[in-house]
Amino acid sequence: MTLNNTDLKRMASQVRRDILRMVYECQSGHPGGSLGCTDYLTALYFKIMKHDPSFNMDGKGEDIFFLSNGHISPVFYSILARSGYFDIAELKTFRKINSRVQGHPTTHEGLPGIRIASGSLGQGMSVAIGAALAKKMNKDHSLVFSLHGDGELQEGQNWEAAMFAPFNKVDNLISAVDVNGQQIDGPTDKVLGLLDLHEKFSAFGWDVMHADGNDMEGIVKALEEAKDRSGKGKPVMILMKTEMGKGVDFMEGSHKWHGVAPNEQQLAEALGQLEETYGDF
Amino acid sequence: MKKYTYTEKKDTRSGFGAGLLAAGKKNPEVVALCADLVGSLKMQDFINEFPDRFIQMGIAEANMIGVAAGLTIGGKIPFTGTFANFSTGRVYDQIRQSVAYSDKNVKICASHAGLTLGEDGATHQILEDIGLMKMLPGMTVINPCDYNQTKAATEAIAEFHGPVYLRFGRPVVPIFTAPDQKFEIGKAWMVNEGADVSIFATGHLVWEAILAGEKLAEEGIDVEIINIHTIKPLDEEAVLKSARKTGCVVTCEEHNRYGGLGEVLRNYCLLTLLPQWNLLQLTILLGKVVSQKN
Repeated sequence: MTLNNTDLKRMASQVRRDILRMVYECQSGHPGGSLGCTDYLTALYFKIMKHDPSFNMDGKGEDIFFLSNGHISPVFYSILARSGYFDIAELKTFRKINSRVQGHPTTHEGLPGIRIASGSLGQGMSVAIGAALAKKMNKDHSLVFSLHGDGELQEGQNWEAAMFAPFNKVDNLISAVDVNGQQIDGPTDKVLGLLDLHEKFSAFGWDVMHADGNDMEGIVKALEEAKDRSGKGKPVMILMKTEMGKGVDFMEGSHKWHGVAPNEQQLAEALGQLEETYGDF
Repeated sequence: MKKYTYTEKKDTRSGFGAGLLAAGKKNPEVVALCADLVGSLKMQDFINEFPDRFIQMGIAEANMIGVAAGLTIGGKIPFTGTFANFSTGRVYDQIRQSVAYSDKNVKICASHAGLTLGEDGATHQILEDIGLMKMLPGMTVINPCDYNQTKAATEAIAEFHGPVYLRFGRPVVPIFTAPDQKFEIGKAWMVNEGADVSIFATGHLVWEAILAGEKLAEEGIDVEIINIHTIKPLDEEAVLKSARKTGCVVTCEEHNRYGGLGEVLRNYCLLTLLPQWNLLQLTILLGKVVSQKN
């Protein structure tokens, strides 16, 4: 399913409703980063990527995506269900016992759309590089996308991966960092400052871009440009500015909604700000 | 006591190198990754033959495990190579999440395992790796005993789908198994049939168990020696049959007493056999083996 920009915005509104209702239902989960990355993932799955919701693990001949910051699983699950990977009714089971829709994504439950477990941070860039290398070896010209949290970059493995990819010309990889400036214990600047990410990734050899991750036209354009910049000898990194909690005014811009579920009144207030466009699960 | 002889001694890591080359020739999906230890892991022959199927990772083991996991998604069969210490403890969480829990077909191949590493000292003589790896979901753990068995095991794991930890080492040890053997994952090898005591040995210590068996035979003790090359999944039938027969079990390995083959067998035997055991007999015999070796 490919949507135009107007429908992408309508879909993003629906996905945000899904996120809030999933997290409310089990009174657990991570709404903040999920809401912030909704526009990016909506653009990716409903416009940018060529992908097959009938789901083949090997992803041969299609674009594939890896979520490294697995705690924003609510947005990932909603996007996968809305794309047709599994029934949206399954979103109701989020974080519940025996559910395939676990707190953090796993593969052993066989949930279509998930190719790797994530949750323990800092591992997704390496996995995405491996998948990209396999595509090159297989002469498969489709692309690999990955998403990482900014706080997640404090994990050292990212920098092993960041050093490896440009040196080995892994130019079929388009990574994005969700630069929301927040992590569980507070603003990244207070917890462990990331300093200049543009300088850092450029110095490691990436082709670095910037985007407003909460402006649908902007993120679509940035992803299209990133595709154009792929295949030119360097991996592409999109530093994507987002607002944690985007779309719900009282959740925006604070780390306080990183991993907290709304109560009944807060849910009603939040849903009042987001139009139901494609039908709630 | 069955007589075992040898004409040549070789390192088990060279068996891995030869097995990797053979597996690469058989299956074009086999790829190799190494964290700056090509010479130590004996990967050069594979690299010469298949330069496009080798990935030099640099000294970055965590990234190596993740990249290997990603490669499986495109249908590749990655063999990672570094020392046992850096293959397990250093990257445990990467293996747990990206390989084991994600059921990725990665072959984690580790040289320089155990005390027989020798000169490099304690930081490199990992004695916890078997324990760490056997606890992971879906992980197969293999510790072959000589060059030929390591080569055969390397070829066998390429044909087996699922994550594997393959452990081998640096010292030269006698080659006493057949060059054309078929390696059966999870099937113990009866080295010598006996009636008085069962020695279950793994890795480099299988040869030492044979030497111990010969000495004990001189004292009239009839030793059964079984090579447990696959620690997980354990050949429970072989263990049970031998332990029931002799009523006395000794394990030989170069690993911490916690987590290794000894613990595996102790736990298994405690559950199934304890009432039949003569623990005093076991203690005396173990003391004898140790004192004679020293």
